[in-house]
Amino acid sequence: MNARLLPYMLILPVTLFLGVFFLYPFVLVAQQAFSGSDGFSMANFRDVFSYWKFPISLKNTLLLAAIVVPVQLALSLLMATMVSKMKKGRDLVLYVWTIPLGISDLAAGIIWLAIFEQSGFLNSMMSGLGVIDQPVNFLSYQHPGVIFLAIALAEIWRATAIMLVIIVAGIGLIPKEYYEAAEVFGASPWKRFTKITLPMLRPSLQTALILRVVLAFEVFAVVAALGGTLMPVLMGEIYAYQFDLLNSNAAAALALVVLALSIAFTVIILRVLRVPKGASI
Amino acid sequence: MNRHSKYMAAVSGIAMMCSAAVAQADVLFWSTQARPVEEAQAMRETVMADAPETVDYQANEDGPWLTRIRAELQAGSGAIGLLGALHGNFSAMEADQLVDLGDLGITSNSETFNTLSKLGTDTPQYIPWMQASYIMAANKESLQYLPEGADIDALTYDQLIAWTANVHEATGQAKFGFPAGPKGLKHRFFEGYLYPSYTNGVVRTYASDKAVTAWEKFRELWEHTNPASTNFSFMQEQLLSGDAWIVFDHTSRLAQAFNERPDDFVAFPAPAGPEGRGFMPVLAGLAIPETAPDKDAAKALISYMMTPETQIATLRATSFFPVIDVDLPDDLPPAVQAAGDAVAKMSSAHDANPGLLPSGLGNQGGEFDRIFNDTFERIVLARQDIRMVLDDQKPRLAAIMDETGAPCWAPDAPSEGACPVE
Repeated sequence: MNARLLPYMLILPVTLFLGVFFLYPFVLVAQQAFSGSDGFSMANFRDVFSYWKFPISLKNTLLLAAIVVPVQLALSLLMATMVSKMKKGRDLVLYVWTIPLGISDLAAGIIWLAIFEQSGFLNSMMSGLGVIDQPVNFLSYQHPGVIFLAIALAEIWRATAIMLVIIVAGIGLIPKEYYEAAEVFGASPWKRFTKITLPMLRPSLQTALILRVVLAFEVFAVVAALGGTLMPVLMGEIYAYQFDLLNSNAAAALALVVLALSIAFTVIILRVLRVPKGASI
Repeated sequence: MNRHSKYMAAVSGIAMMCSAAVAQADVLFWSTQARPVEEAQAMRETVMADAPETVDYQANEDGPWLTRIRAELQAGSGAIGLLGALHGNFSAMEADQLVDLGDLGITSNSETFNTLSKLGTDTPQYIPWMQASYIMAANKESLQYLPEGADIDALTYDQLIAWTANVHEATGQAKFGFPAGPKGLKHRFFEGYLYPSYTNGVVRTYASDKAVTAWEKFRELWEHTNPASTNFSFMQEQLLSGDAWIVFDHTSRLAQAFNERPDDFVAFPAPAGPEGRGFMPVLAGLAIPETAPDKDAAKALISYMMTPETQIATLRATSFFPVIDVDLPDDLPPAVQAAGDAVAKMSSAHDANPGLLPSGLGNQGGEFDRIFNDTFERIVLARQDIRMVLDDQKPRLAAIMDETGAPCWAPDAPSEGACPVE
């Protein structure tokens, strides 16, 4: 085997796979989004943008990402530092923390629905403690804030682990020498965290944030379980276009909007957290 | 791979081939009806028990149902032998994708249904299969709060509002239940009940002053509606749990309540407004796609489904009523008896104002329903100004009617060409 060809041979299967199952469908979706009754048209985008729920669902999606992702970032950094300091039982704690990752997002939504429902755990607990006389319906159209909070909580519970795993791996890669040197010079733990851990974690943070932000724009099942139609998000609208209205063209157009959002934020994260050339661990 | 695992692989391979061969001999009955597990099981075990062919009955949600049949039609070959779905599902397909069924010589006992089943052509594209409607049901405990002089079988919307208000006051809880959840059939209430009762129309009168009154009345009713209604989709659940005492829903979505506790609930006709007692049927049909592998077997199966015995077995399994003349036995399930009485009273009421299913909308049926759902969400949930919302939605409705060219259906006055929004 020619040594120069070998790398290309090795990535060929993956490239083929991505080409057939990602690029080709993507081209089809893009085609669908831009086609109307007579050839090329922007009508699908006009349709989607002029619908009264579009600004609401865009706002909800962005707001949810803006609240959930920073909280998850802080939490996962905290948890990762704790885990990396542990001598015993480290694996056990990691396993327990990553359990929510193994649960499908719809199941996670249903778990939190069981808590917040009118006949759910929270209500029975509160009435058991005598705080309320009769069950309160938290997830009703009268309390949009509570629905939002419940969804944010469920998302934080469900998907923090994915960032945690990446960051734990990243922390493990930082050479001990830096910390030893910092200790010699008498740097406080906080200083060590901000001056060594955070900068050295940049590549891992990049990956974790991109993954998490893109997934946050795709939030769907948890919202469907907890909010129903009361809290429209972009993915829910795509589903409605495709399956309730049988309008694949509009669904494709909206899917491209989500894709554009994802790409834009990926580029921003890549630039903000870029690792200078030549610098490496 | 050792010898043992090779042997296992060969066995499982043969097993897979066998099951594929068996599956091919069956007629695949691809349905959007009888989806709940018990109903699907009853379809397989009792309704299809004596079928001329072995039948593989598969019930699906509307989206996946349409996705697969569309894919098969596009590919030009398929495995689906028989389609079972609502009128609206079929009207979203092209007539030339379905086999003409005129030569079967089977018709329903309703001229309206027979005309609908032609989907705008000269011959039936599907055979009317079974029918249902939407009715009201109440917990018997609520009857003591009926307003004075009100007859439960001839209620008006005002009396319904007064009744739900009495219950609200007496129990401290809003106990009217409305299927406004994501899978609920609320749009049918607006299209077939509220609008006909108040405006004697649906499309023409969408933004009329009478429509404003209708929505004002519905807002009043909503004051006494369980706020969790936006999560309700099958009102039988809330009837049984006691979260709602007075409800509106599809007869088959109330059936479980009557079957489990027949003595606790009553079924009664929908209320009347100034323009009469509006109500609407539900019609399901059977059709054969052009890509069916064995069209004769599918036709034989349709003939079997339309015999009086099978129609009664279907009624027991799904709470959907026959569309041909049959003598109903006396030992029907409680839900069927209750619903049958309520529908009979509704259609024979002196102020009955029967409407039809939206027709001629093709694949815009979902968009049409969305107009009414959006109107509800904006006026009732978001409390936007009624006149403003109706004027804002009006051009969208007009665009759908223009695009499809659908003529008016009852109770709207007939139109030449597309039904106008006045």
